[in-house]
Amino acid sequence: MTTKRTSRRRLAAVSALAVGTLLTATACGGNDDDNGGGGDAAGFNAGVNKVANASDKKGGTLRYVGVQDADSWDTTRMYYGFAIDFSRYYSRTLVSYTAAPGQKSIDLKPDLAKSKGKLSDGGKTYTYELKDGLKWEDGKPITSQDIKYGIERQWAQNVLSGGPVYAKDVLDPDGKYKGPYEGGDFKGIETPDEKTIVFHLPKPNGDFEQMLAMPTNAPVRKDMDKKSKYGLKPFSSGPYKFQSYTPNKNLTLVRNKNWSAKTDNLRKALPDKVKLTLLTNADERDKRLINGDADLDLNQRGMDSQGRTTAIKEHKANVDNPQTGFISYVAFPQSVKPFDNIHCRKAAIYGTDHKSVQTARGGPMAGGDLATNMLPPTVPGWDKNDDQYGIAKGSADVAKAKEELKKCGKPNGFKTTLAVRNTDKSDEKSAEAIQASLKKVGINVEIDPFDGAQGSSIVGNPDVVKKKGYGMVLYGWGPDFPSGQGYGVPLWNSKYILDNGNNNYALIDDKKIDSQFADAIADEDPKSAAKKYAEINKEVMKGAYYLPLTYMKVVQWRASHLTNVYSADAFNGWYDMVNIGVKK
Amino acid sequence: MLTYLIRRLFAVAVMLVVIILAVFCIFFLIPKWTGTDPATMFVGKQADKEAIEAVRQKLQLDDPILVQLFEFFKGIFVGRDYTGGGTTTHCSAPCFGYSFRTEQEIWPILTDRLPVTLSLAVGAAVLWLIIGLAVGIVSALKRGTIWDRLGMTGALAGVSLPIYFTGLILLAVFAYQLDLVSNKFTPFGDNPGEWFSGMILPWISLAFLFGAMYARITRATMLEVMGEDYIRTARAKGLREPVVIGKHAMRSTMTPVLTLLGIDLGALMGGAILTETTFSIPGLGQAVLKAINEKDLPLILGVTLITATAVVIANLIVDLLYGVIDPRVRLA
Amino acid sequence: MTDQPAEKPEEQKADAVPEPADTAAADATDAADAADGTVDQAEQDAQAAGGKVADTAPGEPVLDKKPASAFLEVRDLRIHFPTQDGLVKSVDGLSFSLEKGQTLGIVGESGSGKSVTSLGIMGLHTVGQYGRQRPKLSGEIWLNGQELLTADPDEVRKLRGREISMIFQDPLSALHPFFTIGHQIVEAYRVHHDVDKKKARARAVELLDRVGIPEPAKRVDSFPHEFSGGMRQRAMIAMSLANNPELLIADEPTTALDVTVQAQILDLIRDLQKEFGSAVIIITHDLGVVAELSDDILVMYGGRCVEYGTAEEVFYEPQHPYTWGLLGSMPRIDRERTDRLSPVKGSPPSLINVPEGCAFNPRCPYADVPKGGITRTRRPELRETKPGHLSACHMDQADRERIWNEEIAPKL
Repeated sequence: MTTKRTSRRRLAAVSALAVGTLLTATACGGNDDDNGGGGDAAGFNAGVNKVANASDKKGGTLRYVGVQDADSWDTTRMYYGFAIDFSRYYSRTLVSYTAAPGQKSIDLKPDLAKSKGKLSDGGKTYTYELKDGLKWEDGKPITSQDIKYGIERQWAQNVLSGGPVYAKDVLDPDGKYKGPYEGGDFKGIETPDEKTIVFHLPKPNGDFEQMLAMPTNAPVRKDMDKKSKYGLKPFSSGPYKFQSYTPNKNLTLVRNKNWSAKTDNLRKALPDKVKLTLLTNADERDKRLINGDADLDLNQRGMDSQGRTTAIKEHKANVDNPQTGFISYVAFPQSVKPFDNIHCRKAAIYGTDHKSVQTARGGPMAGGDLATNMLPPTVPGWDKNDDQYGIAKGSADVAKAKEELKKCGKPNGFKTTLAVRNTDKSDEKSAEAIQASLKKVGINVEIDPFDGAQGSSIVGNPDVVKKKGYGMVLYGWGPDFPSGQGYGVPLWNSKYILDNGNNNYALIDDKKIDSQFADAIADEDPKSAAKKYAEINKEVMKGAYYLPLTYMKVVQWRASHLTNVYSADAFNGWYDMVNIGVKK
Repeated sequence: MLTYLIRRLFAVAVMLVVIILAVFCIFFLIPKWTGTDPATMFVGKQADKEAIEAVRQKLQLDDPILVQLFEFFKGIFVGRDYTGGGTTTHCSAPCFGYSFRTEQEIWPILTDRLPVTLSLAVGAAVLWLIIGLAVGIVSALKRGTIWDRLGMTGALAGVSLPIYFTGLILLAVFAYQLDLVSNKFTPFGDNPGEWFSGMILPWISLAFLFGAMYARITRATMLEVMGEDYIRTARAKGLREPVVIGKHAMRSTMTPVLTLLGIDLGALMGGAILTETTFSIPGLGQAVLKAINEKDLPLILGVTLITATAVVIANLIVDLLYGVIDPRVRLA
Repeated sequence: MTDQPAEKPEEQKADAVPEPADTAAADATDAADAADGTVDQAEQDAQAAGGKVADTAPGEPVLDKKPASAFLEVRDLRIHFPTQDGLVKSVDGLSFSLEKGQTLGIVGESGSGKSVTSLGIMGLHTVGQYGRQRPKLSGEIWLNGQELLTADPDEVRKLRGREISMIFQDPLSALHPFFTIGHQIVEAYRVHHDVDKKKARARAVELLDRVGIPEPAKRVDSFPHEFSGGMRQRAMIAMSLANNPELLIADEPTTALDVTVQAQILDLIRDLQKEFGSAVIIITHDLGVVAELSDDILVMYGGRCVEYGTAEEVFYEPQHPYTWGLLGSMPRIDRERTDRLSPVKGSPPSLINVPEGCAFNPRCPYADVPKGGITRTRRPELRETKPGHLSACHMDQADRERIWNEEIAPKL
């Protein structure tokens, strides 16, 4: 079976933790100037599109705090966004992201490889040569065989489940290889010598290097592979190595003495130690951040409402408000009447008061800007002006909505059900706002909250959706890697309508879109590919399959004494962790 | 006495087996009956078919129930191997299951977290006994006075205020505002002073809640005991009032207090989930909360067993103490 | 726990009830009456009466209290319990005295104030009582020349168990179930004697032996529930004797025991009294018990004394209809049951609303013998019918003697 996974898992994971609304015990008034361990904070949004406190000073301990542990620290098995970001502390890949804020970070730079891949055979062969002086944490050299073995591991899904398998699907679309534990050697990757690795693709794929930059394709040394237990202590190829790790409790990284900065110009690796403490209570996490007991939130979901209010009111200079790669939206499953009719879908889009939805999500700062189409701003090809339904103006267009209802044959409106995760508070509030505004045009929406953790078998199962009459599904989405392929294929390609774990909720089965995708994927030039993805996006919006809500933003805490902090589009707007330092 | 003890221990063992059976049924059979695949529950959400199949093999889910049960018990005594998907995972004795979500054996997680919860519960118990007994005694002896009313109003507040409320208030005031105590948990081994500083507020919060119940039960029992003839006798002997209360009355008051203590301590072993969450203490409660959120059933099963065991053992200890306190209880 | 002497709040009520002292003095037929209250006379009276009667001047506001000459002297003792329903006058003006080596029997139905009196002497009404639970006490209790009601509570505590000790009615509930017999005796001994545990234990064994417990060295470590009823009472007695008390109060010491054991316990008390020479107060509802032990008998009704005299006088020339009733309820083996006089009919009076006049009048078959309904309007005073024998009844001597001799005595 095809195990195409998507970042829904990332989103679901970080939203899984809702410990109820704890009573607000305000500790206001205590305006400690020295929180965060000294020095003035760099200022509001100092880490957005620019570098806050640029510095090369080494030393100190960087303290992360989180409420959600990684799905696994095994590079093959991780899928959560923060884990992928964090993995760069102890793992490297052939190519990786540019150490720069914002959009620039998306550009790939050679990491283990001397240069980016040499394409041949009409874009079907990628050849890389490794740098000199690359070493594992025990001092042995990192070889091309180690990289190959690390990539091969993703075929062993029966042992190492969980991670994305883009490279596997591209290199072995028919799933003939059984993985290194049962299938021996994979013929699609060649290692003529210790320094060279050659990939043979059955079909060209313009995003193949983007896929290689994911930690799923980091090297793993065969003699260190503890299979399913590898994630408890991964063997380091990066600047830090695991000192101790207790799942759901804490993690400590210390310097890997065998890593050489000379071989690595993508990682500054400033602190001597990186510590992670895991809590269960988001309020407590925010308090520790504000109080200076921790420096950064590992999980990238932003602060909770109470901490957010305190932070913005009293410590605005410590706050960044970056754009994430996530978008929240409502999909209209075409299997549920009357949304089989495009005019009824359009009526719902026009009838929604977008401004009130944005307010329900926390306003422009916490909730994000109004989304005018389905591509998020971090994905190349995004165009804010592609606004076919006049969403940007914010209010509902009642006249147009009524007109579309008439065309749909439902001049008096209709009844439908909106499915929403019960694990995400702003999703639930958005649902209520949509319900209120659609009522005014005659569409009566009943809200049905479902267990967010069970999403794949509820809204991800088209049969269930039809049976339950979910005419609208409210969800969130972000790219696995920053390209139209990494974002849009699972949502819009007819090939990805699955019986279970489906993400094409709208059930878009459009030959034109499918062929547009094939064309864009094969394009080796990112710029022209971006244009093609923009066209696909336009086509999707034209079909009125989706009601985009907001481009999600988060309110992040940045401790005053941190250096070299910036949010990067490559990590969906989260900070480039491995380059952050601490002032002592 | 010895035969009694042996008999009781045997009963405890039988009870634990019954508990294991019950828990086993809940986790393995009921999903089967309701048509949910236990394998999907064990791998967590969104596992692919191959992964599910691997777990299915590893957990021998296709075997008859009795074989599964036998494997589970065998695991506790001699350890077991989980084989599936071409790999073998060993779980050494005592094997209380294996979490395929965190790739850990359950037993070490429990033994790692149990001392934390234990220190939370015992520390709080010491505090709440002091508070509860003191308030209860004063209220009983000065019944109808302002002290009685103050004490019982405080107790009502203690019973009715949820732990996260008192906990958060205490944290806000004493840890964040006044900075008197630590706001986070430090393992005892790292720094005993910091550990103590971090445990004070959790202890107080729990003690406030439980102390209130103990104050009420102490007051009620004390009032009853003070009317007993033997208290009059003690006074008639010319004993000082503190001796009459502290020795003669307290001895009798301890019986119901002890019963409650046994049950409470046992139950707290299952994790004071709210307290541990509010104060971010990495004990069993936090582990089980994580486990529930992540549908990590082997871990839930492990904590359930630990809790049940703790309650059963706590009750055994209470029963033994009864014999010490009340000679009329015959331990034979 | 300061034990404030009661401030005589009952004083206001004095107008409702004729001042006892005055009337008593006026009606006194005997010069031995101590109503005029000089020290000399009081002493003389006490001596003359052989310590039987001391005080007939109760309720009088005494500014400077005269120390008593008798070993124990109770003067106008009033113990009132404030309750939500009203003031419960459990003891309302009781006076008596007792010499060492003598035994006084206090007899009455339950609720007549017997036990309240004994606890009052022990000073147990004010220990550990707060607020509304605290009773009001007034009068005087003199023990060995010391007044107890106004004494420092801790002084009284020191007397308890040492000078005065008490044997309670139900030894099962009166002994602490969680401590061994030995432990409880040792505790009683050591609270007043600075000795080590070993010596105290030896004392406990000795006492258990003395009260007739077999294998005392072994039984000393038994718990109360391991003893039979009689054994428990023996142990209780042993405990009360631990400090050689000068006054021993036995509150219904045999009520909870079966008949054969009752006799043994009474014998034991009598023997012990002879041996130790203490003063003993026996409190009981059973005249048979006091008949065996007492030198004097005080009959209580409704918180007051209705008859007082030597055992012989009370048994053979009882002067009060209530006493007659009590005698009638006494089991006797030398009489046929058929012509038995029925025991006192009706139930004891409410101590909150004591009947007007004679408290006994609603139950008294002879309430109308005195003319003019005086029994329902005026409370009869305690008067001497002959020296040392007092009775509170409106009937005149002749009527009483006639009724007793003609109607009651033959039927007993």
